Amino acid sequence: MQSYESLPDNKGHFEEFGGKFVPETLMAALEELEQAYKQSKGDKSFKEELDYLLADFAGRPTPLYFAKRLSDKYGAKIYLKREDLVHTGAHKLNNCLGQALLAKKMKKKRIIAETGAGQHGVATATVAALFGMQCQIYMGEEDIARQQPNVERMKLLGAKVIAVTSGSKTLKDAMNEAIRDWVTNVTTTHYLIGSVAGPHPYPMMVRDFQVVIGLETKQQIVEKENKMPTHIIACVGGGSNAIGIFYPFLNSSTGTARRARTKLFGIEAAGLGLDSGKHGAPLARGNKGILHGSLSYVIEDDFGQITEAHSISAGLDYPGVGPEHSYFKEKGLVTYDSVTDAEALNGFETLSKTEGIIPALESSHAVAYLEKLKMAKDDLVIVNLSGRGDKDLDIVKKAGLK
Amino acid sequence: MSRIEAAFTKANQENRACIIIYYPVGYPDYENSVVALKAIAKVADIVEVGIPFSDPLADGPTIQQASQQALSLGINTQKALEAVKEIRDECKTPLVAMTYYNLFYRYGLEKFVSDANKAGLDGVIIPDLPPEEADSWLNIAKNKLETVFLAAPTSVDNRLKQICRISQGFIYAVSVTGVTGERTNLPANLADFIKKIKSITDKKVAVGFGISTPDQVSELANISHGIIIGSAIIKQMKNAVSFDEGLNNLIKLILRFKKKGSHS
Repeated sequence: MQSYESLPDNKGHFEEFGGKFVPETLMAALEELEQAYKQSKGDKSFKEELDYLLADFAGRPTPLYFAKRLSDKYGAKIYLKREDLVHTGAHKLNNCLGQALLAKKMKKKRIIAETGAGQHGVATATVAALFGMQCQIYMGEEDIARQQPNVERMKLLGAKVIAVTSGSKTLKDAMNEAIRDWVTNVTTTHYLIGSVAGPHPYPMMVRDFQVVIGLETKQQIVEKENKMPTHIIACVGGGSNAIGIFYPFLNSSTGTARRARTKLFGIEAAGLGLDSGKHGAPLARGNKGILHGSLSYVIEDDFGQITEAHSISAGLDYPGVGPEHSYFKEKGLVTYDSVTDAEALNGFETLSKTEGIIPALESSHAVAYLEKLKMAKDDLVIVNLSGRGDKDLDIVKKAGLK
Repeated sequence: MSRIEAAFTKANQENRACIIIYYPVGYPDYENSVVALKAIAKVADIVEVGIPFSDPLADGPTIQQASQQALSLGINTQKALEAVKEIRDECKTPLVAMTYYNLFYRYGLEKFVSDANKAGLDGVIIPDLPPEEADSWLNIAKNKLETVFLAAPTSVDNRLKQICRISQGFIYAVSVTGVTGERTNLPANLADFIKKIKSITDKKVAVGFGISTPDQVSELANISHGIIIGSAIIKQMKNAVSFDEGLNNLIKLILRFKKKGSHS
């Protein structure tokens, strides 16, 4: 078995997962992007510029906050990685800054993106404003209705928001439309994918831009506790915040035995329940299939037609998942579990009322998993708080929380 | 000589371009689509049988909407193969399936190749399966189904060479950087692009994406061996008040394409 650290291979595969299943028109652009990314990876000035922006524009490093009242409630030591404090309110900006710098390097003057909850759309519109680039965001009509505040923010930032009315009118269809735009405008446009999904090199590149979360967390927990965490919990839609915090804590089978093993938990959206057929949990209930350019787990019918996902959280309302997560699942490197809409709402309320932090509904799935996780007194648990919840107030009110 | 090659040869002998018509199974419903496909197979040189997919990334609004309608009426891969068999029972026109890789993957590559072969399918066009990802498919499909690869205006030289080397039946030259659907104007450098492909390979080249008018067909007939039309055909059905009127109009349009496709 290859170590996870050497993946993807040079064709973009995580063993059987990943790859580049896209129209021929895009192959040259993916190649160009991969080359640009590889060059900038070894380029000192690129790294300096990105580090500067991450620090002074995005506000990194984000705190690793000891959640005392939450810890008392659950009987273990719980920390929150505060990605909700990143400028624009979620971890998405980490990746957007990296890709915008690449777009500048490739002399692309136009940026497009898909968005579900609108967090990635806002982060993309933000970097487009920062770099003086044209910006167009594709968003499902249903998501536009349920995430209005983010739509207004994108418009204020100068982006054009295109309502996608095809299919389920959510993230999946927004991504279809963004890919169609890219096929049409590929020579002038960079497609800024917001998760570790899509064709190679996106899953690798987005992971690398998000790994800053895990690297900071590792340093911070050692400073504060002088040991490794026993558990890390993150929500998984496409899976970029999860892979970002997990990656530095992964233990391959060849890893040193004396290192305490941190158990990693990726939490999918169980929606109305895994058996209801209305969920966003391809790793729990999907099959291997091809969606949006890569082979991964997908939710589909018996003939391979992709079916609609469901989650109260627009960011997790997606029938696919990043291919590297599928690989981690197969190898048992990460434990994947799920949390329902109702449980996520409980998590939302719990964190708001015990810590004074209103989490995004996406992140509320990770918080809610504390109810399910078996913890001992000596356990040291980190929850990745990937985004803040201001955008979700309408949904939460409609769902009956006061 | 395969049925696909024979179709190009026959068109060439008749001093015209090979007219390849796309039509999706299940539009406006299964039974009528089979009637339409049978009628198209009687006049077109090659028929591209569209198998609707939920997420057709390379397709514009016309094919997307037709696919959605077909899927909402319960069309699936198995029904599509039944349609192929029904058409094959009536004619010898080459039939090439066009759809996305996930449908084959889910069906099982070996099972699909075997069932498609039995149904009388000649080949496949899979727009989201570039050469890099095609090894498993090609190993299973070889000698049973011809796999047509697409060449795009953005394909660099070494990719074009690879595509020309592995493509079977013909090379599908994508006329525009974009999705399927009619365009008023075709790119100015299209002739150069097709010439470039012809300089690499002796295989037949058919151009598709965006072609909708008899005048465009007339212009392209002199530079390309084949011409592929899809969305403009579906539009005839979509805009008609009845199925019979739609079918009548689209057959008339194909006949005009054939006539206009004469070499000048």
